[in-house]
Amino acid sequence: MNLRRDVFQAIADPTRRAILLLVATQTMTAGAIAANFDTARPTVSKHLSILTECELLEQHQNGREVYYHINARKMKEVADFIEPFRNMWDDRFNKLESIMKNYKSDK
Amino acid sequence: MERKTKVHAEEGKQEIIITREFDLPLDLLFKAYMEPEIVAQWMGTKVLKLENKKHGAYEFETSDPQGNVLVRINGVYPEFIHEQRITRTFEMENTPGSPFQFEIQLEFLDFEKVTSETSKLTMQIVYKSVELRDQMLKMPFAQGINMAHNRLQEVVNHLK
Repeated sequence: MNLRRDVFQAIADPTRRAILLLVATQTMTAGAIAANFDTARPTVSKHLSILTECELLEQHQNGREVYYHINARKMKEVADFIEPFRNMWDDRFNKLESIMKNYKSDK
Repeated sequence: MERKTKVHAEEGKQEIIITREFDLPLDLLFKAYMEPEIVAQWMGTKVLKLENKKHGAYEFETSDPQGNVLVRINGVYPEFIHEQRITRTFEMENTPGSPFQFEIQLEFLDFEKVTSETSKLTMQIVYKSVELRDQMLKMPFAQGINMAHNRLQEVVNHLK
């Protein structure tokens, strides 16, 4: 359960989604990925390690270079999962709760 | 932070059960479903009609900032018991040409007092088929990705 929650935190970040998008079509080195962003290289490395930790990305060594590619199996698992549905209702109900708390204090 | 909203969707069933405990007394929770201005706020929609009674009807409409209608929702209440239960049909009106065609669903909302300051809502949503239920579960994920980028959505679809 915890691991799956991390996956959704991973894809909640716009930079990480952009990285997944880049790597979705081709295998890339960390340097080539970083070149697509204005963000500092260590920040991109951090994003890559988060995506690798939750198995959305896989890496393999080729000589001195580390290449990244997307883990299709994991992406599919995430796509099937119901967490975003739960989040949608949780957001809605949180809003309901805070509105009604204000309503109560207005009286 | 504690996760208060729980979703239960058993494999192969055509229903979803959503439960949530609120730090609100029962009367305030129920009011959030009765007052059009309040429903509009937390559902993020325009409330065109809200008849809180047995055999009453409701109608919601959501627009984008430019004023184009995005979604229209309507339904009737076969059952409406004050501070206890709302049974309603829920129909998302189909937009012509959309790849996803909706069917009417049935929703049972049970309101319970837990303590004088807290309450609980149990929402059982029944769909026409198991396939439709599964599609509805995946929709927020698909939309989230869509907002990020359409191409990633295509990639995900391709994997299925």
